Amino acid sequence: MTNEELITAIGKVEAEAETRQGAQYVETTVPAARMYDFMNQLKQDKTLAFDYLFCLTGMDQADHMQVVYHLESVLHKHVLVVRVKTADRENPVLDSVSDIWPTAEFHENEVYDLLGIRFNNHPDLRRLFLDENWGFPLRKDFKDDIHIVSR
Amino acid sequence: MAFNIYDFTTLTKSIHEGLTASYSATTTLIIEWTIVGVAYLLFVALFGLFLVYAERKVCAAFQQRMGPMRVGPWGLLQTIADFIKLLMKELITPKEADKFLYNLAPFIVIIVSFLVISVIPFAPGLQTFDFDIGIFFVTAVSSVGVIGILLAGWSSNNKYSLIGAMRSGAQIVSYELSVGLSLITIIILAGTMQISGLVEGQREMWFIFKGHIPALIAFVVFIIAGTAETNRGPFDLAEAESELTAGFHTEYSGIKFAFFFLAEYINLFIVAAMATTVFLGGWMPLHFGNFESFNQIMDLIPGLFWFFFKVLGVIFLMMWFKWTFPRLRVDQILNLEWKYLLPINLFNILLMAAVVLFGLHF
Amino acid sequence: MAELKEVMITTDDIKTDEYLVNMGPQHPSTHGVLRLLVQLEGEIVHNVQPHIGYIHSGIEKMTESLSYPQIGHLTDRMDYLSAHMNNEAVALCVENALQIEVPDRVKYIRTIMAELSRLASHQLWWCVMGMDMGALTTFFYGLRDREEILDIFEETCGARLTVNYSIPGGLMFDIHPNFQRDVKAFIKKFRTKLPEYDRLLSGNVIFTERTKGVGFLSREDAIAYGVTGPTARASGFACDLRKHQPYSAYSKVNFNEVLSDVGDTYARYQVRIQEMWESMNIIEQLIDNIPEGDYAMKMKGVIKLPEGEFYQRVESARGEFGVFIVSDGKKNPYRVKFRSPGFSNLFAINHIAKGWKIADLVAIMSTFDLVIPDIDR
Repeated sequence: MTNEELITAIGKVEAEAETRQGAQYVETTVPAARMYDFMNQLKQDKTLAFDYLFCLTGMDQADHMQVVYHLESVLHKHVLVVRVKTADRENPVLDSVSDIWPTAEFHENEVYDLLGIRFNNHPDLRRLFLDENWGFPLRKDFKDDIHIVSR
Repeated sequence: MAFNIYDFTTLTKSIHEGLTASYSATTTLIIEWTIVGVAYLLFVALFGLFLVYAERKVCAAFQQRMGPMRVGPWGLLQTIADFIKLLMKELITPKEADKFLYNLAPFIVIIVSFLVISVIPFAPGLQTFDFDIGIFFVTAVSSVGVIGILLAGWSSNNKYSLIGAMRSGAQIVSYELSVGLSLITIIILAGTMQISGLVEGQREMWFIFKGHIPALIAFVVFIIAGTAETNRGPFDLAEAESELTAGFHTEYSGIKFAFFFLAEYINLFIVAAMATTVFLGGWMPLHFGNFESFNQIMDLIPGLFWFFFKVLGVIFLMMWFKWTFPRLRVDQILNLEWKYLLPINLFNILLMAAVVLFGLHF
Repeated sequence: MAELKEVMITTDDIKTDEYLVNMGPQHPSTHGVLRLLVQLEGEIVHNVQPHIGYIHSGIEKMTESLSYPQIGHLTDRMDYLSAHMNNEAVALCVENALQIEVPDRVKYIRTIMAELSRLASHQLWWCVMGMDMGALTTFFYGLRDREEILDIFEETCGARLTVNYSIPGGLMFDIHPNFQRDVKAFIKKFRTKLPEYDRLLSGNVIFTERTKGVGFLSREDAIAYGVTGPTARASGFACDLRKHQPYSAYSKVNFNEVLSDVGDTYARYQVRIQEMWESMNIIEQLIDNIPEGDYAMKMKGVIKLPEGEFYQRVESARGEFGVFIVSDGKKNPYRVKFRSPGFSNLFAINHIAKGWKIADLVAIMSTFDLVIPDIDR
């Protein structure tokens, strides 16, 4: 499937998705409310069949949080980058995709640990690296006078 | 019977007579006990240290390195330095441990090793106890050692120790059977359970040659089961470093750990010594049927030398196993015993009985 | 008699219970500070929960205040056994973002170094695999050969482990004049030494009994759990990025992607052994053909990436290593994410090890070839 076909196919799956050709991969942005169904479709749809989630990144975007999912279809060899923005920055919440791709369970744990994004329906949301009383270090406003020397 | 110039009987007899001449019977007995006790202690300590050194050198040779080289010439004093270090270490007792059993366990293990050594004939006349049922004594007493291991694992109040001890218990109880049955195979051939009788029966030819096929099978089974009973690799499940850190002696330190360590090497010696005594002619020299001149040259080599030569050979074999084989899994180790070694052994006893019955041995 | 009957114990009264064992953070088989919370019933593993973070060093946070050439140096400290591949990933990502093409000489040398790293990494894995299975001699056989690769590294760039060799725009230094000679000598020697590995371990009855048919990972599960590298290729997941998305000089060489469809511990073992042969093939094809040219491009003093998101995937010794750089046009990245192969691989362990014994758990973990700083970052 070429990238143009991929863009149209994604448009059919989810009308609200904004899909465009990025510098490297096809990129799409979906509203947080629609994301779980959309992701599920990406996995189940035979022509898309995105069965391999190879990267899940959380990001602090000043006024909101964003999670970027890098998806690949092992069968069709196409790659899709899905972006989901949270509504709230201080208490961000998203749906978990760990029942679609089991590997997401631990990547979501990591995102929760470092950025404080909570995931609904996550089977075991816990802090992976840090103590419970740490802040969320990857947030841009994270302050740590002892460990971080700012120049 | 030719007079053996290396016979220790005359030496022990003269000591005994000299003592009885100057002391009462009770004092003589006490002095003799002390001499024997000190001799065994010295032997165990020195031979244990030597075996640790030998193991390190042998393993180094297998692993293309030099082994200990720094302390003393060729690192000969290394094990002594290690032993001194172990003596000086703090004895740690876990807070939640069962203190009495925790302290008792290493003693049980080491005492059992000492008891078994007492029946081993090192050379003509150099044997402390010579029971009529010597072999039975060996198998009976050596099985008590597992109690020490189980106690150590249980009383340490550590899960690794407990798993190690349970593994060890299952393993030793199982392999006891094979050790016993393979010894019985030779007892059928020898017709005696007395250890001196066993050695004497091998004057013309060692049992491993005399009993040919069944004796060879019994020897192989004995070496496998003996390795398993000493908890050495590839059967070192009880201490399985990569799984259980150190198994049943995880919590032990200092001299208590040294006891377990020493007992392991003494057990190694015991298995090798039993293999030597029962299969390889004990201190008897190598004799070939009618080659009189060859046999006479062999007779010139002292019995003590023959004994240790054979024992060290068997020990080397067991070290070879340890440093080349991966470890077995717990179910595989029990399968090996109950599904393979035990049936082979039972069949082998029948075979040996038939061989003896029809006089098919040499 | 009636009283006696009351205290008699039947088999229904004997209750067995699960218990928890902490394997790690200090444990011989976790190879670092990894803690596995293992739920056991007797010897049977019911559940494994990995707890990580004991050496979390916040590399992703640190990168946000560093310039791009500096980031490369941090990546050495993640997966220190495939340090060169990590450097290369960052270098490639920055080069792609700037849309510059490095000279062929750089590509060739990077590929050779990457394959040497892979060899060294697999050698160390083999050492440790044998050790975990209780055969301690393997450790010294493997280290003997690995030492020669590290000597080559030392001669090339001065470091033995954290090489810092690839930088954006090329290499730190040119290769040593003896590089080609030494590498060829090593390959020639290692071709005779690798069969020794088979003789010592692969063919051993105990070893095959311990590994064959143990710890299955199906292809579907490998994909779903994001397992990559030799671990996944043993399950039939064709995920070798050197083959499917060639970078550096991989498009110029012929090599086979080692695949197996069995998916057990033994398959994972064999795939790595075969990969060592393939790595030697790759090096041999390249070593005589290193083109002349510059070893590095002239780069600006301060590298600024254009605004945007850049992703680079490379095949490290453990699997797919990804660098995700989000740039806002400044000299520091806005956000960097390292997709480490160990992280995804580790969490498949519960799925695989359930129902097997403790000894199998150790063997399975060993074939995963985990490097803890790679997981913790």
